[in-house]
Amino acid sequence: MKLVRRLALVTLVLVYLACLGADLLAPAGYATQHRESPNAPPGRAFLLGTDELGRDLLARLLHGGRISLLLAPAAALLSTFLATLAGLAAGLLGGWPERAFARAIDVSMSLPWLFLLLSIRAILPLNVQPLESLLIMFLLLGILSWDAAARVVLAGTRSLRTQDFVIHARVCGVHGWRLVWRHMLPNLRPLFVAQFWISVPYFILTEANLGLLGLGVGEPLPSWGNLLRGLESLPALADAPWLLAPLVLLVISVGCFHLLAPMEESHT
Amino acid sequence: MVWLAQVVRRVVLPLVATLLLAGFLATLLMRLAPGFGIDQRELDARLSAGSVNAIRESHAADRNPVAFYFRWLSGVLRGDLGHSASLGQPVAQLLGDRAPVTARAMTAGLVLGWCFGLALALVVTGWPSTPLEAAAGFLGAVFLCVPSAVMALLLVFAGGAASQVLVAGGAISLIVFPRVFRYARGMLAQAAARPHVMTGRARGLSGARLLFLHILPPVVPSLLALAGVSVSLAFGASIPIEAICDLPGIGQLAWQAAQQRDLPLLANLTFLVAGVTVIANTLSGWVNGRPGEKAP
Repeated sequence: MKLVRRLALVTLVLVYLACLGADLLAPAGYATQHRESPNAPPGRAFLLGTDELGRDLLARLLHGGRISLLLAPAAALLSTFLATLAGLAAGLLGGWPERAFARAIDVSMSLPWLFLLLSIRAILPLNVQPLESLLIMFLLLGILSWDAAARVVLAGTRSLRTQDFVIHARVCGVHGWRLVWRHMLPNLRPLFVAQFWISVPYFILTEANLGLLGLGVGEPLPSWGNLLRGLESLPALADAPWLLAPLVLLVISVGCFHLLAPMEESHT
Repeated sequence: MVWLAQVVRRVVLPLVATLLLAGFLATLLMRLAPGFGIDQRELDARLSAGSVNAIRESHAADRNPVAFYFRWLSGVLRGDLGHSASLGQPVAQLLGDRAPVTARAMTAGLVLGWCFGLALALVVTGWPSTPLEAAAGFLGAVFLCVPSAVMALLLVFAGGAASQVLVAGGAISLIVFPRVFRYARGMLAQAAARPHVMTGRARGLSGARLLFLHILPPVVPSLLALAGVSVSLAFGASIPIEAICDLPGIGQLAWQAAQQRDLPLLANLTFLVAGVTVIANTLSGWVNGRPGEKAP
């Protein structure tokens, strides 16, 4: 299993390097339209061909990868941070704050978050720029997905609270931030790491679903989600299999994140 | 009577509280909608300033979110969920028309996904073999990595003339299956590693006997808890799947409402789906003997 995880890590690093080096690998630019060659097949000039507007598909694929692979971990960091903050505070306070917090998690988990995400997106003004809408979408993903991770952090904090070393530290006069920073956080770190790795593929897939439905990143910005819209003409894929490239790269990246997740647990 | 009081305290009250809170969030979204409280009649040039003011005053009560919430709640209790601006129909009627379609697709998807996922987990646990385990793990992992909308697209083209409900149900089952398999496999593997199971295996008990008498029974409560969560999962998957399969259900309605920015419709849909999810979770927790508890 170690070998598989190493392979996943190497693959993911390669995908990241390719996406970060998009300007070198595909200097044509993701928004430049080559009107003389729309829907061109792969060739020397365009390694993955072009779309109907003559834009280089490789450039769009790699720049789209940047968005998914940089913003999904950022959203995962945000959701893990919020979950840690809330779960730790409720777990340490105990009593009614803890019960109220547990009830809030239940309520949040009962809300169908994709419906909620669509509702909140519908509130946004129509004149939002593509980049702003993209950032808002990932921000919403990070904020709305705090609950599952918070439940795990709360359970972890609750069990740590009654451990001998924590009781001993409290008896010795260690309280507040010092207790959290020196004694709780280091012991909860494996939970945060696991939650982070579990959330990333989840956010990448959500962006892909929204993008395919036309509710994700706005044109001309590329993302793996809106590139998947090329699959809507599935019968044409027999003649143009290179249009499957975004799906292949997405599945590989999400698979690598799943393999790197430290615990056998996932969002359900 | 003590039993009844316990059911009320541990099942009914949390359920009602959760629904009320979900309803409040739904109405808050409606209040935040762009253009909320603006009446089309205000644009009528024939009306005097006094008439326009009177129209504005008639909406004044709605500006207070709490008053608006209670007004909405009383409407819900009378079966009035408001009016969809984009589709020009009462929301209750839209939901009544579309809920059965989603219910059929979700039932088909959940039953198929659970049967396939659980059966595969049982086979892998009861008759362990490395190639089988690797193949099952790979299959589950692949389906976990494909977006549900892509899954629906592939099934639409593979299904050809098959009914839309069947195709949508198939796509939902492919979303549910890997999660059920992964979770059930983990739980069953833990149960199979217990000392009494290993003793039974050493004494020559058959795989089926071990599986159904010693491994599966302690895992059933956890699986029941997962059943409640999988309803929420299926609802989430229904949005892209119904939109792609052109199935006129709740998911497609949510997608259309999001595109048309019909927030009252979306908020009511959110409340309805939250209600169904809470009831499913509570029921699974109740059957499980641990009211309100959900799968980890």
